[in-house]
Amino acid sequence: MSGLLDLLTIAAVGAGAFFYLAGTVGLLRFPDSYTRLHALTKADNLGLALLVLGLLFQVDGVLAGLKLVLVWLLVVLSGAAVSQLIARSARRREPRR
Amino acid sequence: MMTTVVSLVVALLLLALALWTVVARDAFLAIAGFVAYGMLLSLVWVRLYGIDVALTEAAIGGGLTGALLLGAVARLRGTEAAAWSERSGIGLRTAAKLLSLGVTAVLMICVLALPEPAPTLAPLVADNMAATGVGNPITGVLLAFRSLDTMLEAIVLVIAVIGVWSLAPDDCWGGRPGQLHHADPDGVLAYLARLLPPIGIIFGIYLFWAGADHPGGKFQSATILAAMWMLVQMAGLADTPATANRWLRAGVVSGPLVFVAVGLLGLWTAGHFLGYPADWAKPMIIVVEVALLPTLVLVLALLMNGAPARSDRR
Repeated sequence: MSGLLDLLTIAAVGAGAFFYLAGTVGLLRFPDSYTRLHALTKADNLGLALLVLGLLFQVDGVLAGLKLVLVWLLVVLSGAAVSQLIARSARRREPRR
Repeated sequence: MMTTVVSLVVALLLLALALWTVVARDAFLAIAGFVAYGMLLSLVWVRLYGIDVALTEAAIGGGLTGALLLGAVARLRGTEAAAWSERSGIGLRTAAKLLSLGVTAVLMICVLALPEPAPTLAPLVADNMAATGVGNPITGVLLAFRSLDTMLEAIVLVIAVIGVWSLAPDDCWGGRPGQLHHADPDGVLAYLARLLPPIGIIFGIYLFWAGADHPGGKFQSATILAAMWMLVQMAGLADTPATANRWLRAGVVSGPLVFVAVGLLGLWTAGHFLGYPADWAKPMIIVVEVALLPTLVLVLALLMNGAPARSDRR
């Protein structure tokens, strides 16, 4: 049983790490602020969601699991809000078309 | 093996970021490096089992100091080009380089010459922790064994606020610092500033209370509470406080005053300044902590707000 849980953890955390890598590559390679933000928030949302999911298989207790989910929700909240603000300020600096 | 590799990579990244912070020509980029350096450094502290230090480093070292420096850069932007154009001569620059290299070399020699094993008071603290009534040794050291340091620290913070305020132009003295922020009342920032503070305040108070027996404490807690206040200010939901407000000023000095009063009480009850009477250590520590928390929240937020820039008088 614990072997299966370990496998699930490895799969989920590995997939999460892949999203972080992809997000970082996107952040470095994409041409403008909006696409870079897109790459970054994908890494934050999905990458962290998969990391948390993977760690959920290892916690021993509902409270610890809830704390992990809360961490994810707070990061998603701040990531979503901050990326909106950055995109807005990038748009304001753009010349009018 | 694996952990050694991770430690090595983190150490190299830290060195690279430190170098970047020093050599980056654009002040904004240097601060971005500094904040990342602070976050990475707090990871190092976690690896060294210094959770309290890690929390403080992330909150104050990286977060608050980074935000203060960003504010400074925004103010200095206009003069940055002029500062670059008047570069000092080659002789002076070489001398400065040699001096900093020399200091670095001396520091390296000092670190290598540290005695092994390091002199430590940790066993002494561990033996006497029970007398303080608190479970977290860091809190015990900060508020019982070395409480004089903590008291002076709190007083220094109040003096720092006075220093910042004294930069105000004469006609703004006692006025409100910074600009009044206008954000879209239906926008993302206003939404976040309504949603996050209840969560942040509960977490801040939890971190404060947990500090007695677990990592956490008033400094980390005060940073979070001050950040919530700043968020509400930035979203335009509340103005910055008028620095002439008597309640505000009383709040700023109340923490250190209570600390000094507890110290003087010790003179009478325990025979020496800042002594706690036997069996009364824990309640006294709680009194000091509860008194310091509002002061720290106000001080951190007021340092971020900066010097008064708008007169309240009409």
